[in-house]
Amino acid sequence: MSQPAVVIKGLQKRYGDVQAVKDVSLQIEPGEIFGLLGPNGAGKTTTIRCLCTLALPDAGSLEVMGVSVVSNPRQVRQRLGYIAQEVALDKVLTGRELLELQAAIYHLPGKLAKARIEQMIELLELTDWADKKTGTYSGGLKKRLDLAAGLLHQPDVLVLDEPTVGLDIESRSAVWRFLRQLQAAGTTILITSHYLEEVDALAGQVAIIDQGEVISSGTPAELKANVGGERITLRIREFTPLDEAQQVSEMLQGLPVVQEVIVNSAQGNSLNLVVESDAEALMTVQKALKEAGLPTFGIAQAQPSLDDVYLAATGRTIMDAEVAAASKRDMKKEMKQQNMKR
Amino acid sequence: MGSSSIQNNQLQQWKEDAIASPGFSEFVQETLALTKRLFIQLQRRPSTLAAGIVQPLMWLILFGALFQNVPQGLFGDSVNYGQFIGAGIIVFTAFGGALNAGLPVMFDREFGFLNRLLVAPLVSRFSIVIASALFIAAMSLVQTAAIVILSAFLGAGLPSIAGLGLMTAIILMLVLGVTAFSLGLAFALPGHIELIAVIFVTNLPLLFASTALVPLSFMPRWLGTIASLNPLSYAIEPIRYLYLHSDWNFSNIVMQAPWGDISMGMSLLLLVGFCGGALALTYPLINRRIA
Repeated sequence: MSQPAVVIKGLQKRYGDVQAVKDVSLQIEPGEIFGLLGPNGAGKTTTIRCLCTLALPDAGSLEVMGVSVVSNPRQVRQRLGYIAQEVALDKVLTGRELLELQAAIYHLPGKLAKARIEQMIELLELTDWADKKTGTYSGGLKKRLDLAAGLLHQPDVLVLDEPTVGLDIESRSAVWRFLRQLQAAGTTILITSHYLEEVDALAGQVAIIDQGEVISSGTPAELKANVGGERITLRIREFTPLDEAQQVSEMLQGLPVVQEVIVNSAQGNSLNLVVESDAEALMTVQKALKEAGLPTFGIAQAQPSLDDVYLAATGRTIMDAEVAAASKRDMKKEMKQQNMKR
Repeated sequence: MGSSSIQNNQLQQWKEDAIASPGFSEFVQETLALTKRLFIQLQRRPSTLAAGIVQPLMWLILFGALFQNVPQGLFGDSVNYGQFIGAGIIVFTAFGGALNAGLPVMFDREFGFLNRLLVAPLVSRFSIVIASALFIAAMSLVQTAAIVILSAFLGAGLPSIAGLGLMTAIILMLVLGVTAFSLGLAFALPGHIELIAVIFVTNLPLLFASTALVPLSFMPRWLGTIASLNPLSYAIEPIRYLYLHSDWNFSNIVMQAPWGDISMGMSLLLLVGFCGGALALTYPLINRRIA
């Protein structure tokens, strides 16, 4: 067996009275894309900060390519590439000047730096923009430059915190394509995301993290298989009145193929059904609706998604968790605490 | 995206060797790159330079005029107040520039740009301090040249060539020490509001509690005691002495503190001590793992 690219064991990190990470352990094999999935505030970014030597863990061990992050941070830094969620560029510098700075702080020798900068500019299709100030860049361009900068020293492990937050769809799929290319070239990649489809589309291995703890991990297929069942999303009307939705919910729960029904008020009181993995389930439901004389605005059957995995593990959807977290959090206070604590 | 390959074999090979142990040349490389960034910023925002030169000259003219009619002899051996204040403004300008050096670093920190440097395998984070100090020093020397030239036109005369050399060394030392102090604060304080507050309560009080505007003999005893402990005074008094005496040596007395006479050499030693102390204090602060 080859050495794992990243090993995190029993990581704990507290900021003031917020226990950001309670217990995170994970292992990333070389050359794989590993997805750390969870709602905002779950502890993803804190985990990454500890891994990238930006924060000192309270407890636990972290290793990158067999090197301890805590006792040998400089060597780890040489091996890691870190792409933060917010692209931080100096708007006065041109893209090329930023890359030159980046090359120098990673100590690339002059000639090699020059060749590598050209290579990255070409690879990320920045040729037309490299000599313009980054203040004039669009969001997608900034992200591409940030990727070029993070990859300049050819890290063994690339860490991306929410790589596509705030990007338009086109830029997002460009980033996805690029990450797959990068993986094919042998780079180990760790991404965090609260976008289910992102992790589903990219990652070979996933850890779901909630309230500072890993609650489930495996390949996306394994995780979904463990949840079992299939999903039917049913909309009786475009906007179904709540009492009607609840009536139908009760009726459907009487069907033997239906395991569970949830009324989703966030989507016009649509009904989310967990049904047996059975080809007849959809037809059974449709038949029952027809017999009761109810209309159908839309109905769709699907395999369980990672959101269902999250739902099964925590009893709430990632969206719910975010809304709850957003109302509870005091970002300003957290930032302050983060800044003041080691 | 592009079709060119992602991996670079030469780079891969270089990496294997590079991880082992970086040395002084790598420290120079990162320091120069960080310095270059500051100069590019200055070049593209030249108003900073223009304001930086105009401001001390206005100080010089306005302060000189304000106390123009002060009877001769009150300000030691200086011919006029303009000559007396020249040394004070040179030092105060360099000090102000260095004191503010932490601000751009704080903004880098708040915008996340500093993380770019903190996740990089810098040989030492002192390269961030040295880069800022080099930049501020270059600015200060340009400002000093402007002040020296205008002072000469206003009749303050010129120090000797060796005197100008020593003056440069004094400014460099002061800038290095104060820049280190300011960057230490930029790493230690929670945000730019707090940093600006500290700069605010440090800047002018240190000016008034130094020998920049009036000589020690002019001050009440308590203030004179404070001023004779103020590192700014150890930069101001030697420069003032250099202006008045073209033949100087290190044993010349440049300041008569309430607790004893300070020679030129002693003054410089104290400045070196201040500078070393500031660097030593900064070291643990910049090596914190901050968010």
